[in-house]
Amino acid sequence: MSITIDRISKTFGRFQALRDVALEIPEGKLTALLGPSGSGKTTLLRIIAGLESSDSGRILFGGEDVSSLHVRNRNIGFVFQHYALFRHLTVAENIAFGLESLPRRQRPSKPEIRQRVAKLLEMIQLPQLADRYPAQLSGGQKQRVALARALATQPRILLLDEPFGALDAKVRKDLRRWLRALHDEFHFTSIFVTHDQEEALELSDQVVVMSQGQVEQVNTPTELYAKPESRFVFDFLGHVNVLSGVVRGQKLVQGDAWVSLPGNRSEQEAQLYLRPHEVHLARAPDAHARLPLRIDAVSLIGSEVRIELVPEGWQSNEIWEVGMSHNEFARQNPSRGELWYGVPDIGHLFSGDNGQPKTVDWHCRDVAKACNI
Amino acid sequence: MSASANPSVAPVRRFSGRSKRVLPGFGLSLGISLFFVSLVLLLPITGLVIETSGMTWDQFVFTITDPRVVESYKVTLWTALAASLFNGFFGLLLAWILVRYEFPGKRIVDAFVDLPFALPTAVAGITLATLFAQNGWYGQWLAKLGIEVAFTPLGIVVAMAFTSIPFVVRTVQPVLEELSPADEEAAVSLGASDGRVFRKVIFPSLWPALVTGIALSFTRSLGEFGAIIFIAGNTPYVSEVTSLMVFIRLQEYDYAAASAIASVVLLASLVLLFAINLWQGRYLRRLEGR
Repeated sequence: MSITIDRISKTFGRFQALRDVALEIPEGKLTALLGPSGSGKTTLLRIIAGLESSDSGRILFGGEDVSSLHVRNRNIGFVFQHYALFRHLTVAENIAFGLESLPRRQRPSKPEIRQRVAKLLEMIQLPQLADRYPAQLSGGQKQRVALARALATQPRILLLDEPFGALDAKVRKDLRRWLRALHDEFHFTSIFVTHDQEEALELSDQVVVMSQGQVEQVNTPTELYAKPESRFVFDFLGHVNVLSGVVRGQKLVQGDAWVSLPGNRSEQEAQLYLRPHEVHLARAPDAHARLPLRIDAVSLIGSEVRIELVPEGWQSNEIWEVGMSHNEFARQNPSRGELWYGVPDIGHLFSGDNGQPKTVDWHCRDVAKACNI
Repeated sequence: MSASANPSVAPVRRFSGRSKRVLPGFGLSLGISLFFVSLVLLLPITGLVIETSGMTWDQFVFTITDPRVVESYKVTLWTALAASLFNGFFGLLLAWILVRYEFPGKRIVDAFVDLPFALPTAVAGITLATLFAQNGWYGQWLAKLGIEVAFTPLGIVVAMAFTSIPFVVRTVQPVLEELSPADEEAAVSLGASDGRVFRKVIFPSLWPALVTGIALSFTRSLGEFGAIIFIAGNTPYVSEVTSLMVFIRLQEYDYAAASAIASVVLLASLVLLFAINLWQGRYLRRLEGR
């Protein structure tokens, strides 16, 4: 069942939570609503569910207008951040709740319900916990039970509000993988809300980035990461190194730092955005860039060595981060306090107030005198 | 209010000399509390027992099974039961609107709930008697329907209900406030009707607090005196409550008999409160997974 969000607006008092949001959620896909807190992502999810009403606009499920339909009739499954399990009911009773709430004519018989519950317990891999109470479960187990409860009535749409937000890192990762596998098996249309970009990029088929009640960009995770269309999306999806300065004589200059931008003539303010993997470090400045950076910290954990650097002789709002392979690290052995030079390989140039960035590639410079400016 | 106390918060090695307590003043505060509890609670109860122990067993049994006294037990029990059940219903409703809805004058209604505690019970009794008398504001209308309240056992119920309603409201209110809206939303999203949400989700969470409130209301009603005697009419064998029997014995300077009857009321209240506490502890343990 596809979902159409048609120009939805919502205000809480004087706070505009959503303004004219229009969005298409494809059938059978896992869509992430990603944004910082206050971006309106949870409000949008709750409006889709019918737990909140919009001030204007329509929600359509598979072409059918459900805006005026009560939550209980929308046939959705909703999973809450803090599980919202019924504390006085056992795990099995929790899962059976939706089935037992069906109108008498549609309600399965008692043995049938028991069978369905057993099957769902099997699916969440917790059949031995049927008679436990929620308070006796761990966070990850609770969220699985909440998911089974939401899926028991075979909803058309599954909505998850920060489903892994209250879990610790290890459990979160496991559960994420498990949910992905479950989704690949059953292909229900699902939307989940998250503020964790890694979670959104890893788990979903489509990411909707939201900010200040508006949709910033919609795309697949790979495309989104490779081609952010705005400063906000750039900033929000992982760490970014920024050199902000003035374009002067085919260079972007700030203090002691500069980067060559062949072909750029007009003098104006601009910002160069670089992902940690788009820069490498050298002992001496390169011909096309001089970015003096002093090493502030080195983190060896993970598949890559992460080096944090502080600008020397110029300024940046945030610390710079450069990734380096363990091999490379062993060879070069950079250590704290040393002065190194950043050498960009690919960069994204924002100039003027808004608009999309221009990609700059210094590698093909020799071939065709800077390819993409 | 002991019924709602959490039994699990006591530190583990309370009397161990080795453990260094982080919060100071445990010994002092416990000492003062126990001293005070003894002074205002245990000592009077002991006095009651000593006074009673001056009687022989036969005398004791004879005093507490006097037909007029037994009749007063019955009257007190059923009126207290009726009053506390009424309060259970009405108090829940009051707490519900105070927590769930916004309406003008809500703060005033909230403040008025405590009025029965603030008002001297005798004043309450006189006021109620005036209102429900045959020519009173309420009484004249009820009389047309053939209902007599003042100077009948029904009047006792009214007085008891009035003086003990805050117990129910004030025990249910905080629990209602703490209910997570997500639980209800979850139930509704699973297709449950409003009635089912209340029965299956809200009520089971409220239940322990409501029972506590009703029990407190009930035990308070068992001992109520001031408000009742003005409206009850105090007809022997019909509308005499047990606390009045104690009072009558006191007026006869028969302190032993008064204490004997009082000890029956005391015992009934204690047993009830204790039972509620036990039951509630078990219920809450299940919710908290211990």
